[in-house]
Amino acid sequence: MTAPSIASTARAAKRLSPSTLSRLSVARRCNSTGAEPPPAGGHLPSIATSKILRTTREAALRTPGIKWLDEDGNSPLQNTIGGRETRKMNLYQAVRDAMGIALAKDDTAIVFGEDVAFGGVFRCTMGLAEEFGRERVFNTPLSEQGIAGFGIGVASMGQTAIAEIQFSDYIFPAFDQLVNEAAKFRYRSGGQFNVGRLTVRTPSMSVGHGGLYHSQSPEGFFMGASGLKIVVPRSPVQAKGLLLASIRDPNPVIFMEPKILYRSAVEQVPIDDFELPLGRAEVLVPGADLTLLTWGTPLYHCETALSLLAEPPASLAPLVPEALRGARIELIDLRTVLPWDVESVIESVQRTGRLVIVHEASRTAGVGAEIAAEVQSRAFLKLLAPVRRVTAWDTPVGLQFEKFIIPDAIHVLDAVMETLAF
Amino acid sequence: MDGVGNVIEGAELPELDQEFARKKNMALLPIMDTLLYNIQRQGKISFYMTAHGEEATVVGTAAALLPDDEVLGQYRELGVLLWRGWGIDAAMAQCFGNEQDKASKGRQMPVHWGSPQHHFHTISSPLATQIPQAAGVAYALRRDPARRGKNCAAVYFGEGAASEGDFHAGMLFASTISSPTLFIARNNGFAISTPSSEQYFGDGIAARGAGYGIDTIRVDGNDVLAVLSATREARRKCVESGRGVLVEAMTYRVGHHSTSDDSFAYRARQEVEDRKRIDNPIARYRLFLKNRGWWSDSDEDELKESLKKDVMRAFKTAEGLKRHELSDIFSDVYGGEEPLNLKEQREELTQLLRKYGTVWEPWKAELKKFKDNGESLLGRSK
Repeated sequence: MTAPSIASTARAAKRLSPSTLSRLSVARRCNSTGAEPPPAGGHLPSIATSKILRTTREAALRTPGIKWLDEDGNSPLQNTIGGRETRKMNLYQAVRDAMGIALAKDDTAIVFGEDVAFGGVFRCTMGLAEEFGRERVFNTPLSEQGIAGFGIGVASMGQTAIAEIQFSDYIFPAFDQLVNEAAKFRYRSGGQFNVGRLTVRTPSMSVGHGGLYHSQSPEGFFMGASGLKIVVPRSPVQAKGLLLASIRDPNPVIFMEPKILYRSAVEQVPIDDFELPLGRAEVLVPGADLTLLTWGTPLYHCETALSLLAEPPASLAPLVPEALRGARIELIDLRTVLPWDVESVIESVQRTGRLVIVHEASRTAGVGAEIAAEVQSRAFLKLLAPVRRVTAWDTPVGLQFEKFIIPDAIHVLDAVMETLAF
Repeated sequence: MDGVGNVIEGAELPELDQEFARKKNMALLPIMDTLLYNIQRQGKISFYMTAHGEEATVVGTAAALLPDDEVLGQYRELGVLLWRGWGIDAAMAQCFGNEQDKASKGRQMPVHWGSPQHHFHTISSPLATQIPQAAGVAYALRRDPARRGKNCAAVYFGEGAASEGDFHAGMLFASTISSPTLFIARNNGFAISTPSSEQYFGDGIAARGAGYGIDTIRVDGNDVLAVLSATREARRKCVESGRGVLVEAMTYRVGHHSTSDDSFAYRARQEVEDRKRIDNPIARYRLFLKNRGWWSDSDEDELKESLKKDVMRAFKTAEGLKRHELSDIFSDVYGGEEPLNLKEQREELTQLLRKYGTVWEPWKAELKKFKDNGESLLGRSK
């Protein structure tokens, strides 16, 4: 691959298809973030005003794909939303809420990991030990391979194991247990045994000051481990619904929680038991000119980038061609990374003809590589531009260099403009 | 040594002259720790971990080693590097990740020290990975005619890290493939929030030594003289036999696990205060020195005053320095020929910086923090 060139305004305008140009004046995205770029820092200021988040009861209860699991298992599924309540929660509280429901409804369920009993280093298990007792919510010795292996054993007995690996950077001692054991359990036993009731939660992605070992996004390392599912939530509602679905899914799931979102992502979250579907991407913003695909933290950078594209601040305006500002970008949250929703992504790319994939892991053999390969083979004739990957570089995440390693809104904006103008 | 610095009857005092004894004063470490902890709180550095409460374990073991014994630390062993003369400035530079940070070129979080000149291998955040590596380091020492029978590899780890598979592998390798490895377990009672009572059911870490055929000693980690004696003897056995030896130092983590932790969420403040008062390793040693007439209150004040000045001076210097060159994002990934992907990605970032570096605020502000203002990339025209 050659390094990208910087498209000039003239070229950008020239290369847009006539149909795109005709839409430009109409499309004016209403976007969340303010006109000025966010300050440098370890938090995501765009989250406070993000339109992606469901901050009202009405919006939360109408979360697409929501499946209510009400108390009485015999009654028909309640699809009505009248009378349901929501509560304001951040992401760690939503994770805690989901585990509380799992523990309350399933006597076999246990929650364990390092420092889990006092509430966990990210507060996700706060109060669970007090509520459900130390037999069901407990600290383990400091051993990731032990945690994973122990969880596999519990799950192989048909009980529900909800394990925590304290940071996804430290999941590698458990790699053998997860890849060679959990993923292959069902297949190797001729379907007699399985560890579907195992869920491994782990905080993931960067925070801006984590350096090599508190910034990684290891989902790509698990892509070849068929039998496992990998899920990444973007918000509190998503975290609760996807975690409950993961816990009850008949397969072992690694649930990677973007740690910068634990406190900063806040939504109204339905207090009832509900699930959101695994293996399904979600279109957050519909569009027709380009598909922007990501999961977890970068969704908010993408949202900011779209805002910068539509209404660039004065400082950036000269670099954002007028002709591109009205482009309608389809923003998709992949949500489940393995097995990923090929159909939804292909359907979108066939409409837009352009795909930009964003992830925080480095580029070579990252998840984006797999998606790009499938897209080019399934939608080759519809593609108007090469599939573009916006990723960290193929380096470790150096602490003092993070702002130039982990992709932010400007990386996304540039890639989107280049792809539109190709 | 008892709680007030008297040598317990029947105890053998390690060989100790006055100058050495005074040098072993552990005053510098807590001064460094306190300052660095506080400046993390002010947001000047991103992270810190103190060794409060464990000074005697770290300094006592350091003093028992030869200066060129290879050390593989976990992260709470700044005292070893200070003992070896690495210097306050080097430690400050690492914590600030500035242009004088040789330990990691600003790439690693604070407390990830390392210096080949001081035979101290660079800290890695993942726990216990250094333990089997130490067995390999020790084996390499044994194979080196100049260092065989002279040096050992000393590896530090906490009682929590000893639960990792790597601990067991390291012990097994050092004994089976005989390698002069000195295992130093800092049993400080806590792995973040998890007390040692939930970390193991057996008798601490020492009980495991026998299972691996490794000679083992457990020592009061808050008695610096006991630590010194035990480690000297352990080291002697280790080097002479060419095999692993385990030292378990029983101590107490007075500080929080790190600046990301508030330990009063899981332990009583009073418990910590009691420990600081009743079993303070620094106070115990100071009383010992005073009892011998080797130390006075005015010595103490003088030393603290001058150390505080040194530390403040180093802090001011470090704070004012910029970071390494921006192009160090891409250096050191590989040695030898640089692969094409990295060359291209460097160029990709260069193009982005040229286009947005002066107009995208987060980058504009960030570029100024590098000593080259990003010119090492921007100047690389094509």
